[in-house]
Amino acid sequence: MTLQDLIDKILRRQPASATTARERLQLVLAHDRSDLSPETLDQMRREIFEVVAKYVDIDLEEGDVSLETEDRVTALVANLPIRRSMATSSQD
Amino acid sequence: MTNSRTILICSGKGGVGKTTLTANLGIALAGQGARTVVLDADFGLRNLDLLLGLENRIVFTAQEVLAETCRLDQALVKHKQEPNLALLPAGNPRMLEWLKPEDMQTIVGMLSERFDYVLIDCPAGIEDGFKNAVAAAKEAIVITTPEVSAVRDADRVIGLLNTNGVSPVQLVLNRVRPKMMANQEMLAVDDVTDILALPLLGLVLEDEQVIVSTNRGEPLTLNGHASPAAKAYGNIARRLQGEDIPLMDPAKSGRRGIRARVRQLMQTKIF
Repeated sequence: MTLQDLIDKILRRQPASATTARERLQLVLAHDRSDLSPETLDQMRREIFEVVAKYVDIDLEEGDVSLETEDRVTALVANLPIRRSMATSSQD
Repeated sequence: MTNSRTILICSGKGGVGKTTLTANLGIALAGQGARTVVLDADFGLRNLDLLLGLENRIVFTAQEVLAETCRLDQALVKHKQEPNLALLPAGNPRMLEWLKPEDMQTIVGMLSERFDYVLIDCPAGIEDGFKNAVAAAKEAIVITTPEVSAVRDADRVIGLLNTNGVSPVQLVLNRVRPKMMANQEMLAVDDVTDILALPLLGLVLEDEQVIVSTNRGEPLTLNGHASPAAKAYGNIARRLQGEDIPLMDPAKSGRRGIRARVRQLMQTKIF
């Protein structure tokens, strides 16, 4: 976070348009490069959650599966916070 | 000629400066002593002749050369003030119906025997015209502006160049406005090079003289013009020839007033 971001946040101002442009571009390019539509990604996200939920108790509200790009390589990044493992919960 | 270089100049999006770059780079390379030919591969909407001021001197085109109804040297239009530069004009738009990638390879093969540099002015888009042009290219220059639509389209084109084995691919960033960049209202140079992951061959500032020069059909590099864009095009030509010329920093060429300094301070990472 930069000083500017902090001030923008406090004043609830819009960030500079270059920042918005960069973020929008990174998102749209991740989709372009992977050839995944937002709908397909959403479907995949739901299925990944289902599979993982079989093994661990995950926080669906906080969880996220998204595309990230660096140096023209796009990766699927899943962030799935675990509430507690199923093993522990069954001992309760 | 084994040392001949065939360079495709492309962008994906239209109107970002492909043809202007081709014309200026052609003149600059020729002025530096390289035998240079510019090939208009935009058969649908040709304009390279107009930017070079050669529109009234076209007799034959690439079409007649391919049909073997004229010799290559009859179709080549030599530039009056810069005799090291020749133009091979695009043929009739109907050529698009039958032109194949092999035809472009044939033309470029003929040109590379006589010239040190073959610059191909690529049509906008990623359809057949682009595919034909790519087939004949060994290396490429992608030109874009610091705008989301132009960068996105450039990214598509870079992907296609990579799958077609075109290498190296270098980037020219056009229409840079230092003041807007300093104020964070335009994508920064690093933003664009990071996103596209290409080495930067040159930066061209937004320059009204470009419009004046196209009005006249005299590229800026022709008369050693001192405008920022003219210098930038000249530097791009030198870097292509292997000279090590440092890139300018638009943040420094922009206004260095108190506001720009405060803006810079604001960009300091705090956590």
